[in-house]
Amino acid sequence: MPEWQADAIIISVRPHGEGNSIVSLLTADYGRHAGLVRGGASKKMRGTVQPGNRVQASWRARLSEQLGQMQLELTQAVPARFLDSPMRLAGVASICALLEGALPEREPHAGLYAGTDALLSLIAMDDDNTGWLEGYVRWELGLLHAAGYQLDLDRCAASGETTNLAYVSPKSGAAVSQNHAGQFANRLLPLPRFLGGVACPAHDWVAGLDLTGHFLAKRVFAAHNADIPAARRRLADMVETRYKQAVDNQEAVR
Amino acid sequence: MHASLDQLIRKLARLPGLGPRSARRAVLYLLKNRDRLMVPLAQDLFDVASQVRACAECGNLDHGDKCSICLDPQRDHSCICVVEDVGDLWAMERAAVYRGVYHILGGTLSALDGRGPDDLHIDKLLRRADRLAATEVILALSATVDGQTTAHYIAERLAATSVEVTRLAHGVPVGGELDYLDDGTLAQALKARAKLVS
Repeated sequence: MPEWQADAIIISVRPHGEGNSIVSLLTADYGRHAGLVRGGASKKMRGTVQPGNRVQASWRARLSEQLGQMQLELTQAVPARFLDSPMRLAGVASICALLEGALPEREPHAGLYAGTDALLSLIAMDDDNTGWLEGYVRWELGLLHAAGYQLDLDRCAASGETTNLAYVSPKSGAAVSQNHAGQFANRLLPLPRFLGGVACPAHDWVAGLDLTGHFLAKRVFAAHNADIPAARRRLADMVETRYKQAVDNQEAVR
Repeated sequence: MHASLDQLIRKLARLPGLGPRSARRAVLYLLKNRDRLMVPLAQDLFDVASQVRACAECGNLDHGDKCSICLDPQRDHSCICVVEDVGDLWAMERAAVYRGVYHILGGTLSALDGRGPDDLHIDKLLRRADRLAATEVILALSATVDGQTTAHYIAERLAATSVEVTRLAHGVPVGGELDYLDDGTLAQALKARAKLVS
């Protein structure tokens, strides 16, 4: 009888019947894995089966291809620590929705699991509400890599230069230096400063989310004939609204 | 078994909390108490089905177009408590501590279930708050990711108005022991700590 036990992060919960839930988890060794949690919709379990929570999971089925049953024990209620922070809640919702939509089931992703775990810790620790956004953009680059699409942001696709990088080609995902962008600059995506860009016109986090959002939509979700999740769009909108205002204010002061 | 009896058992078995076995027991019990229970129950079911409807103002279930809460002049109509569904409204009323009016959203935003702002009664809430010249909107939504995301979304939409937006406190329940609380609840309780007035 196939079975396993592992530390996991809850990424989605769907009601099943009256009192049960189908819970999808991210684990290091078993990747995105779903299972039936009996009593998952009960009052006792409702706090445990929340997206973003860390749990100790044990899964068991008669045959490996079956959905199987899961038992979950709460290790840490992550989103409960920042229910009063809309941006951080939107971040966790986006992480869970992207993992649910982008990852194939039951493929091990040890690196992505470690990255997600670290990002959740960063979000939970960050009291100023926004410092984690850089980590979030890097995590989305990791998600793209895990889904099979790595961006080449270390050298210019045209000249091979490793300095003075400012843009990314929306087609190839390769960096382009400021000198070689020329007349195509307005068709390229700005490379944020924290990823090595030298001349980002927008706020770095807005540019970072635009960059990863473009490739997630084009390379990952379009391949599944799906749109980028609403939770990811909401996060990008919130960040843009907050930091576009900040950039506009700075320009007005200048 | 007669077809009508079998049909009744099948229909009862579809109710929450009942399965085929408990539906059979319920039907047998009803048949044994035909005059005392079965006929009055059938009459009550017919009355409720024909008379009870959703209130045009708040979404509560009651007789008539407007519910008794919305029609009550003793209630504070400038204070609106937003809840997810009728069950939550009934829970608030059981507590008998709130004297304002309610607004039922019909759920929470959920990216996974594809439920967006247009699927909830959010625009209706904004129009109602404006019409009633509301001074306070209390967001009594679940302490879950979806519930609080919905609360922040509504607060954002109301930010342009002069309405004060509040939410229910999160933390230690009455009768709760710290030893049995999860770390998230404790963190919320600590954040929302209040000064003791002696």
